[in-house]
Amino acid sequence: MLQLFKMAYRNLGRNRRRTFFSVLAVAVALALLLMIAAILEGEMRGAIDLSIRLHTGHLQIRAKSYEEEKLSLAWDDLVENPEQIVTQLEALEEVKAAAPRLNASGIIATRDESVGVQVIGIDPLSETNEPFYQGMVAGEYLTPDDREGVIIGLPLAEKLDLKVGDTINLLVNTSNGDVDEQLFTIRGLYSTGTPGYDKSTIFMPLAKAQTFTRTEGHASLIFILLNDIDQTDAVAAALQSSQYKIETWREMNKLFVQMTGFANVYMAFLNLIVLGVTATVITNTLLMAVFERTREMGILTAIGMKGRQLIALFMAEAGFLAVGGIIFGLLLGWPLVAYYTKYGIYFGDMGMTGIIFGDTIYAHLTVSDTVILIIMAFVITLLAALYPAIVASRLEPVEALHS
Amino acid sequence: MEVTKLTDVTRVYKIGEVETHALRGINLTIGDGEFTTLVGPSGSGKTTLLQLIGCLDQPTSGSIYLRGEDVTRLNRNQRADLRKAKIGFIFQFFALIPTLTAYENVEMPLLLSGQNNGRRKTRVMELLDAVGLSDRAHHRPDQLSGGEQQRVAVARALATNPVLVLADEPTANLDTANGDQVMEIMQKLNQETGTTFIFATHDPRVIKYARRVVTLCDGLVVENNTAKKKD
Repeated sequence: MLQLFKMAYRNLGRNRRRTFFSVLAVAVALALLLMIAAILEGEMRGAIDLSIRLHTGHLQIRAKSYEEEKLSLAWDDLVENPEQIVTQLEALEEVKAAAPRLNASGIIATRDESVGVQVIGIDPLSETNEPFYQGMVAGEYLTPDDREGVIIGLPLAEKLDLKVGDTINLLVNTSNGDVDEQLFTIRGLYSTGTPGYDKSTIFMPLAKAQTFTRTEGHASLIFILLNDIDQTDAVAAALQSSQYKIETWREMNKLFVQMTGFANVYMAFLNLIVLGVTATVITNTLLMAVFERTREMGILTAIGMKGRQLIALFMAEAGFLAVGGIIFGLLLGWPLVAYYTKYGIYFGDMGMTGIIFGDTIYAHLTVSDTVILIIMAFVITLLAALYPAIVASRLEPVEALHS
Repeated sequence: MEVTKLTDVTRVYKIGEVETHALRGINLTIGDGEFTTLVGPSGSGKTTLLQLIGCLDQPTSGSIYLRGEDVTRLNRNQRADLRKAKIGFIFQFFALIPTLTAYENVEMPLLLSGQNNGRRKTRVMELLDAVGLSDRAHHRPDQLSGGEQQRVAVARALATNPVLVLADEPTANLDTANGDQVMEIMQKLNQETGTTFIFATHDPRVIKYARRVVTLCDGLVVENNTAKKKD
């Protein structure tokens, strides 16, 4: 067996250029697939993470009749005495932070144009709003007792040509179905790195939002962040009540979860295409080797080598090509992935309304993706060698000797 | 005792609609320890006959026995096993594996036979010594002369102590001195080990070493001189 590997290894040294390009084909394919897998995983993880931090939390408590799409402000659709629930929630060990939010649909009217926005009343001091106060790029963040101030997203400010200190006329729906309007001063501009979200969402203190929409003592939802995402289902089960419904981040991000499924299918196809091209290179390399070494195989057969041993010889050659390709692929792919994990790829506003995507995708390579791709590269390289190996094993000794 | 026996052996090659009768009914028996040469003009069937005796090819009809076993009944793998254990080959071209050293080339049949490392090493060095190449053991074929390569091939052919060594034009690509040296080594090994050698050749230098000359013409044995002695 050792001799077989020795022969296989030395055979690869016969045509070094061809061997180099075969190894390169495997290496480039693997590096490319690692990069794609990392970007796809990073995109999905980033999107889910952003959605949890900005929009859904790990859990939400809502009134049973509340429908998110309608942004209803009818008292029956809202959570009553939300502060009381928050106090109870914050006593739970698993809960990192909880805070009420009031969602309303509104319109910002400036001198030149009007834009539909979502107005969210928040508890400015709650840790649940960290992305917004961490993301302040101009002006001041909100204070709980501010009755005339709002913060708006940087892209919205740019779109409407607004700046800190400017006044906007804001119209909102109220709990009784009327529309109210009031002038607000822009206290600050925030950016979460999520243009789709930032250009359509404005924040004001919860107390002001309740007064403005006539929903005093009510909230649309309780936004809950947990210490550990894996505790979501357990905490959700513990919070079940007849009065409210508990929504998990998974239920609130169904689209993402589905997209992840699609992404996996897409990735599988891509893997097959890229590795299929590589397999063609390997098959070609080894088939050329079979034709070049036909007489040599005749000699080996003459001295008693069997077909399966010839197959093993070619498989060993393919194995060396695969191992070489995988090592170089990792050496090529890992630094690339590491770079994009740290610095990301800037995409800007992907223009997808209703889906939270950051403007930068950070690669994230999982161990399982790496292992799966390495195994796939190895197996497909071996499979690519099967046909040339079988051709070699079926050569008639006499014909091979006279080639 | 007979090593190989052929009865009514024919070999017909069919290329498209054209049939070529390479052998037309060969009856031949080769005994233990013989040093036999097959001679005849090109196309007379010498190489085909060697290939059939060596189980590299199957006859169209007739039977071939090796040590009493009908080899025409064996399948591909069984014939490979038989070649590995009982037959050594020396070819006209210097048929060594170019990526292996002289030592490793001689070792290959022993590896295929599953012999252990210690026995292999002893046997390979013994054979390289016998062909005068023990000092060239770790050279690759491209570092050896034609004569040296053919001597390595002789050593390889004898590695597994075969009952029969088949050589197809073994001196065709060698100059006189190297050709004689190879033949003398084979003759010496034949005498010392009692291994049967069968050569196919045109070369008068080979014929002069043979103790028996079988002449073929148009696929038939036309002369079977069993009393030939070295000149």
